[in-house]
Amino acid sequence: MRRIISVLLENEPGALSRVVGLFSQRNYNIETLTVAPTEDETLSRLTVTTTGSDKVIEQITKQLNKLIEVVKLVDLTEGSHIERELMLVKLKTTGSQRAEIKRTVDIFRGQIVDVTSSVYTVQLAGDSEKLDGFIQAVGTSGVLEVVRTGVSGIARGEKVLSL
Amino acid sequence: MELLSGADMLIRSLQDEGIEYIYGYPGGAALHIYDALFRQDKVKHILVRHEQAAVHMADGYARATGKPGTVLVTSGPGATNTITGIATAFMDSIPMVVLCGQVASTLIGEDAFQETDMIGVSRPVVKHNLSVRHPEEIPEVIRKAYYIASTGRPGPVVVDIPKDMTTPNERFEYVFPKKIKLRSYNPAIRGHAGQIKKAVDMLMAAKRPIIYAGGGVVLGKASDQLTELVRMLGYPITNTLMGIGCYPASDKQHLGWLGMHGTYESNMAMHHSDLILCVGARFDDRVTNATEKFCPGARIVHIDIDPASISKTIDADVPIVGPVDAVLKEMITLVKESKDKPDADAIASWWKQIDEWRAFHGMRYENSGDTIKPQEVIETLCRLTNGEAYVTSDVGQHQMFAAQYYKFDKPNRWINSGGLGTMGFGLPAAMGVKLTHPDDEVLCITGEGSIQMNIQELSTCKQYNLPVKIINLNNQALGMVKQWQDMNYESRHSQSYMESLPDFIKLAEAYGHVGVRIDRKEDLEAKLKEVLAMKDELVFVDIYVDRFEHVYPMQVARGSMKDMWLSKTERV
Ligand SMILES: Cc1ncc(C[n+]2csc(CCOP(=O)(O)OP(=O)(O)O)c2C)c(N)n1
Ligand SMILES: [Mg+2]
Repeated sequence: MRRIISVLLENEPGALSRVVGLFSQRNYNIETLTVAPTEDETLSRLTVTTTGSDKVIEQITKQLNKLIEVVKLVDLTEGSHIERELMLVKLKTTGSQRAEIKRTVDIFRGQIVDVTSSVYTVQLAGDSEKLDGFIQAVGTSGVLEVVRTGVSGIARGEKVLSL
Repeated sequence: MELLSGADMLIRSLQDEGIEYIYGYPGGAALHIYDALFRQDKVKHILVRHEQAAVHMADGYARATGKPGTVLVTSGPGATNTITGIATAFMDSIPMVVLCGQVASTLIGEDAFQETDMIGVSRPVVKHNLSVRHPEEIPEVIRKAYYIASTGRPGPVVVDIPKDMTTPNERFEYVFPKKIKLRSYNPAIRGHAGQIKKAVDMLMAAKRPIIYAGGGVVLGKASDQLTELVRMLGYPITNTLMGIGCYPASDKQHLGWLGMHGTYESNMAMHHSDLILCVGARFDDRVTNATEKFCPGARIVHIDIDPASISKTIDADVPIVGPVDAVLKEMITLVKESKDKPDADAIASWWKQIDEWRAFHGMRYENSGDTIKPQEVIETLCRLTNGEAYVTSDVGQHQMFAAQYYKFDKPNRWINSGGLGTMGFGLPAAMGVKLTHPDDEVLCITGEGSIQMNIQELSTCKQYNLPVKIINLNNQALGMVKQWQDMNYESRHSQSYMESLPDFIKLAEAYGHVGVRIDRKEDLEAKLKEVLAMKDELVFVDIYVDRFEHVYPMQVARGSMKDMWLSKTERV
């Protein structure tokens, strides 16, 4: 099953490589990984999406917790949560296609953030399925380039991951 | 206010940490540190002949004393030479701090002379690693390194020290921190009371219980508590290769050790049990055999300081995360207070069954021919040393024979590379033990293959007068490899012969030691007595043993715990 694990990590050199190293060393899978400092600059927030049986996920969280620089973590998929990914797509758009693409962007609540005579650059945020859906809708033939940030997530309601 | 250079701070911190010995080898990036070492006499440095040996020596010291070992090496090749030793310590959870020189911070990343990314190279085989970014940090980094290495589940910690952090003419204020607190590292200090209660209830209700103890009991210094609990309950106990000595081998409740080359009765009792109390062990593949066939009727209580060890390979019904000594102490109290008592009838018939297994096999070997049997060598040594020696071993058949036939009643005396299986471990480990236990008998049981992986340390033994006894069970082959080839590859002995063996006697003599060769069965005991009488000499005893012997019992690959070869022809 797909899981989103959110980690508070000491913001220190080498800490990220330990997390990434752990995944490859123990043969766990990383689908997406995002990391950035938090409002407390001594901490980074890292979000990793992975897949595995319950047993594997349990090992992943335990092994992550064992890393000295991991302060806290939560498996967001255990409760209700919000997940978002940002995508920038460069689309080839000429003539009559332009209006059609514009409509699709609106339906997906995206924005055209850059325009040339033959190219639209579209920005889109949402969960990963929505981003996949957009690519499908516009058709891969017109897609020149795709950049995705990977998933970030946060629990719904009062629950917070903090010190 | 005391001003010290980074190098002096490092050595001062080691003194303040209470470090007696460091094992190491100098080189460019570590020279400021070696100079600081020269100008004091509290911390003693042992100069090895290869950095791998320095790590194994620190490791042997740590295993025998329970205190963290310390290594000091230079950057690049000095640092990479320690990796096998660090990985060995990591697999067996041995507390240790490895201090590595590094090129100056201004040169890092430029492929400078003797630059290696030691933080990166060591990362998968350390509990943690740290680099020094400012000389003033040194006391805190050192304190942190020892704290992390020796608390929770212990393990090796590498400290990378760029050369400009130790420059002699730059001085800073020296403050040794009293306490270290890390917000992200809080090892458990006690087990969950509810879980412990549940475990005790299960123990009382069990009909075919067994205690399965591991190296965690030795590391957690919990032998006394374990012994008390097991005696109180009257239940059978087995332990892992790493747990040897955690419960007296001579006690009748002890079934020997379990797993691939464990005793018949241990493996049978595990397989047929209805409750396994696992204390500080980790259901390693050399114990469980095929996990899907593992102990079908058993419920499992698992005590471990490391939550990641629990339910990793075998699911636990009752997990208890905590230090083994504290958890066992609470269990003892609960057992004493418990209104329920063990089911006497069920336990009596369980013992009856176990005694039948014992009678059926026990530990035995065929000893009718003229050749010296390796098992007989170990039995004789055990007798002659009253089972009280510190025994280190290398890796191979000799290791298994040593573990099977030397009976350890105390912890910390059986010292081997169980997790990584590192040939070359035995001699330096023995040296680390002998250095701090000069009055105890220290035996290194080895093979002609393994001993040659760190034979250069005979020179270190001379320099520091370390009269260990090297017992070379010379079967003129990489015996364990050959055994697997006999069993699985129709005896095609691909690269498992040791041709052109050196004359070990002359070799020992060349290093200034004594060499003794034993090749006749009738000489064995008398000659070993002579060897042990040479208290002040390192004696290299080259014993020509049966070249065709195999280690038994041996679990059948991919079988359950109870599927074993008991000899070349008997399979159960
Ligand atoms: C460094 C290393 N290389 C290879 C092995 C694989 N190996 C395991 S046992 C063994 C043979 C050891 O031979 P020897 O030391 O003579 O012991 P014996 O089995 O003959 O008693 C080998 C090569 C190992 N464990 N460690
Ligand atoms: Mg051999």
